[in-house]
Amino acid sequence: MGKFLIRRLLQIIPVLFIISFVVFCLVFVAGDPVALMLPEDASPEDIEQLRESLGLNEPFHVQYFTYMLGLVQLDFGDSFRYNQSALPIVLERLPATLELAAASMIVAIIIAIPLGIWSATKKNSPLDFLATGGAVLWKAMPNFWLGIMLILLFSVTLGWFPVSGRGSFSHLILPAITLGTGIAAEMTRLIRSSMLEILNQDYIRTAKSKGIRNFYVVNKHAFRNALIPVVTITALQTSTLVGGTLVTETVFSWPGLGQLLIQAVNTRDMAIVQASVFIIAFVVILMNLIADILYKILDPRIKY
Amino acid sequence: MSVNSQLQNQNQTVTSPVKQTPSTFVRWLRLLLKSKTGTFGFIIVLAVILVAIFASSLAPYDPNMINPAAMLKPPFWLEGGSMEHILGTDNLGRDILSRIIYGSQVSLAVGLSAVALAGIIGVFVGLVAGYYGGFIDNLLMRLVDSFLAIPTILFALVILSIFGPSVTTLIVVLGITNWVQYARLVRGEVLSIKEREFVKAAKSIGVRDNKIILKHLLPNVVSPFIVISTLSVATTIILEASLSFLGLGIQPPTISWGGILSDGRDYIATSWWLATFPGLAITITVLAIIFLGDWLRDVLDPRS
Repeated sequence: MGKFLIRRLLQIIPVLFIISFVVFCLVFVAGDPVALMLPEDASPEDIEQLRESLGLNEPFHVQYFTYMLGLVQLDFGDSFRYNQSALPIVLERLPATLELAAASMIVAIIIAIPLGIWSATKKNSPLDFLATGGAVLWKAMPNFWLGIMLILLFSVTLGWFPVSGRGSFSHLILPAITLGTGIAAEMTRLIRSSMLEILNQDYIRTAKSKGIRNFYVVNKHAFRNALIPVVTITALQTSTLVGGTLVTETVFSWPGLGQLLIQAVNTRDMAIVQASVFIIAFVVILMNLIADILYKILDPRIKY
Repeated sequence: MSVNSQLQNQNQTVTSPVKQTPSTFVRWLRLLLKSKTGTFGFIIVLAVILVAIFASSLAPYDPNMINPAAMLKPPFWLEGGSMEHILGTDNLGRDILSRIIYGSQVSLAVGLSAVALAGIIGVFVGLVAGYYGGFIDNLLMRLVDSFLAIPTILFALVILSIFGPSVTTLIVVLGITNWVQYARLVRGEVLSIKEREFVKAAKSIGVRDNKIILKHLLPNVVSPFIVISTLSVATTIILEASLSFLGLGIQPPTISWGGILSDGRDYIATSWWLATFPGLAITITVLAIIFLGDWLRDVLDPRS
């Protein structure tokens, strides 16, 4: 296990390296942000001076070296909008995004696990039809539109939940449902097909023929084994989940990373953009790592 | 279609060489009519394509015509609404129905072009990585991993922040964020196909690599490619709408469904129809494409 962990952790490095390189190249190709940083009536001398002081006149490899030197010290440069180092600004927003992501995942699990098991055990029943149909419908619905419709119904018409913002528990409910049900759609489908496969296995038939109650067969024997592919897919969904928070945050004015990033994109605040991309990629990679470890714990047959 | 009919013909020579069979078109129509969801999907997709092509003759108004006399008119069945504006008007008095009709053009154009671009890149990378293996394969697959670690929408945001939003940028962005799935799929297929006898035979008689790739490997990945592409158009349409909704996709005066939704969001408390109908248009279109894709998978890929 120790060896596996070390190897798996080391694998993160090249991926982060490639990501940082791609982002650097994109920013380099984009040309300099100086024009946006100075007032419009700035003289050419001022522009030249700023370019010089930011090191933008250096050749590609020198700039890349400076960038990587900063990166290994977790320095992404200063945000020109906030006039301070980018990373702390990004990290300050991270808890809000993680809170939303975690709440959405909980919503997704609460919906998907019972629904997936149920529709697999009662295959082709009306409930199964409803669950699979719902899953497809939810996949077809743009997440931000679902959010707006939920605001329309529960906030504007019924007045049950606040329209936007973060603070109390009731602020969290609508965004979490918006994002969580979207994830649940994919998860339900997966749990269902995974359960269907396992319910056909010999050991399930053996358990049933031994006279074990159906409830235990389904929930202990079958579900535990069905969890393995589900964990992998759930981890892969973190990418979708994190991507989803970016949009959902905008719909609900949730003060997280997504909102910050979209503002930064609009104002071309590249330090913030780079820091956000790096942090988000890191979170996604970390989640995949956790999934790999869980995978190993859940299924002792897997050898690395 | 020609490749599909080739496949069909091949099947026939294997299974029933003697029996007289109906034309390809009739056979496909029969297969389509067998599936309710497939038929639904096909009809809606066809309808959306026709609407997009004939938008200028179908739309009752100029979609960008501002009419101060008819601001925020509700749809016809509500009090204050009339048949003049069936789905109502927005805050500038523009006809919602006309805007949705014109919006279909952008959604389809961007969706199809982006998927085509992604397909070309992905198939090329997949073929090369799968066929040559070794170092190239390793390098390309690490690149794929890196892309998977970044949520698609995040990557799209970074590129849009650098190059600024336009239809071309959007197509390129969606194209290069989506190629990864094709690369993985094609690589996987190629890995198994290249071990088959006919490829080995071709190699042994000295057929050149690029000919083997084009003549022997490429035709064999067409079926899964069509299925993935269809489903990919659906996700691309949603992604385009999300980016336009965030204000980073299609820019006015070009009309997109995401853009109409974004405009309507501010009036959600008083004029719900502004945000509701474009969302419905997206959902129905995407649902139809998913149904069509699922049907294609059932027909083209007997394994699943």
